[in-house]
Amino acid sequence: MPDFPTPLVTPDTAPFWKGCQAGQLLLQRCAACGALRYPPRPMCPQCTSKETGWVPASGRGTVYSYTVTHQALHPSLADKVPHLVILVELEEGVRITSNIVDCPPDQVRIGMPVEVVFHQVNPELTLPKFRPAGTA
Amino acid sequence: MSIRGAAAIVGYHEIPTRRNYPGRSNWSMLAEAANGAIRDAGLRKDQIDGLLCQEGFNSLTVAEYMQLSPKYTQSMTLHGATATGAVSAGAAAIAAGYADYILCVMGGTRDPEAGGQQPGGFRNPQQMSAQPRGGGGPASRGTEWESPYGPVVAANGGYGLIKQRHMYEFGTTQEQFAKCSVDQRFNALLDPNAAFSGQPITIEDVLNSRFTNDPLHLLECVMPCAGAGAWIMTSAERARALPNKPVYVLGAGGPATSHDTIFMERNVTTSPVALSAPVALRMSGYNARDMQFAEFYDCYTILVMMCLEDAGICPKGEIGPFYASTDTTYKGGFPINTNGGQISGGQPVGGGGGGIKQVIEAARQIMGRAGPRQIAKNDLCLVNG
Repeated sequence: MPDFPTPLVTPDTAPFWKGCQAGQLLLQRCAACGALRYPPRPMCPQCTSKETGWVPASGRGTVYSYTVTHQALHPSLADKVPHLVILVELEEGVRITSNIVDCPPDQVRIGMPVEVVFHQVNPELTLPKFRPAGTA
Repeated sequence: MSIRGAAAIVGYHEIPTRRNYPGRSNWSMLAEAANGAIRDAGLRKDQIDGLLCQEGFNSLTVAEYMQLSPKYTQSMTLHGATATGAVSAGAAAIAAGYADYILCVMGGTRDPEAGGQQPGGFRNPQQMSAQPRGGGGPASRGTEWESPYGPVVAANGGYGLIKQRHMYEFGTTQEQFAKCSVDQRFNALLDPNAAFSGQPITIEDVLNSRFTNDPLHLLECVMPCAGAGAWIMTSAERARALPNKPVYVLGAGGPATSHDTIFMERNVTTSPVALSAPVALRMSGYNARDMQFAEFYDCYTILVMMCLEDAGICPKGEIGPFYASTDTTYKGGFPINTNGGQISGGQPVGGGGGGIKQVIEAARQIMGRAGPRQIAKNDLCLVNG
């Protein structure tokens, strides 16, 4: 297990994490109004419906903002700084926090295209991360 | 219904902000600050019938410890807006008749042997860092959706993300952000309560300081500190019978919020001040441009600068040029954070306690008790938390 906090998997969020394990970035979609939402939650904030489903995202998006973390704020990160935290605007209009990988810190730019890549942390947890688009 | 002019701050006390107070407990810091404020207001402890405390401190416990019997009390859980939120809530409570004399007391120690940085919290600062801000527990979004990508994304990292975006959208420059730090440091030089009193810095010092979260430099961030402060609020009528010049609350708005974690805000370069400032200003009958000085919560340069924009001190996106062309020291045309704020004053016990620097300095300047830092036009101040 990693040293830092890992997500608490709840009935509301389990489908998302199972999707990551299967290599799919799943977004919740309101069955009533069709609005996408992230993070998962039981009620649609747009129309308040509790009827919900899941759809796979394309995994493509752009960097909305980024920061290069130089200070290890947790012992488990001591040998991992500097590392990049990014906000990704997915094609579907949903924004998520993640890391960018396979990209030197001085190469990342706001607006650059990125694509999802899945990092298995342990058998229970796989995290969605992003790399510059087309670097596969 | 408006609470315009219904309540006033009538006394305060600040324990100097320092890196630490070894051997001092949270309780001793709070008791000293509270007793100082009560005396400053010309009151006795048994006259206090209202109590507002900070995030993480249970006000019921504080009341028990100090043997107070407030008929109105709560702890404000508002992160950085805690202190200013207490002024807003306190003024409304006075106007509603919930209490006559409200004690607001916040701050504490960072000595883990004397009770830790966080009251009732973690002895190990590294353990603390791994928690979501505010100690929200494992189910908070901070832990679940941010921390796996780097613990405490929400503090340094979150403001790094906001600053990056502000530079991208509005062309705000590193030099303009540095000017904010330098002006505030000038203001701290003559404040004995400031952690960085007597230690001047230059634009180059800021730009050459290491990155905590690129594009955020170390000298644009608060230093976690120990310290405490307290103030007393009462009705305008009672205030006139007390020794200090009353500091009337002419308007209040908020606490407002639009998100807790950064990625939940669609427009990260606009703060909830855009919601709260218009309420406060409308109630006061003044415009933002009528204000003579400002005391604005400043965990990071980007926050104080973004909030000033959202309050209408300058047009949205123009805070960089505003700082470049405005002397914001206590000697300048529009003084901001006249005691150095938190970036140069130090942040007493996390975001919850930090706002005491702004609230108390605003009261101090309006009472005319700021000594060598006293500003001349000191009637109208906009305070943000």
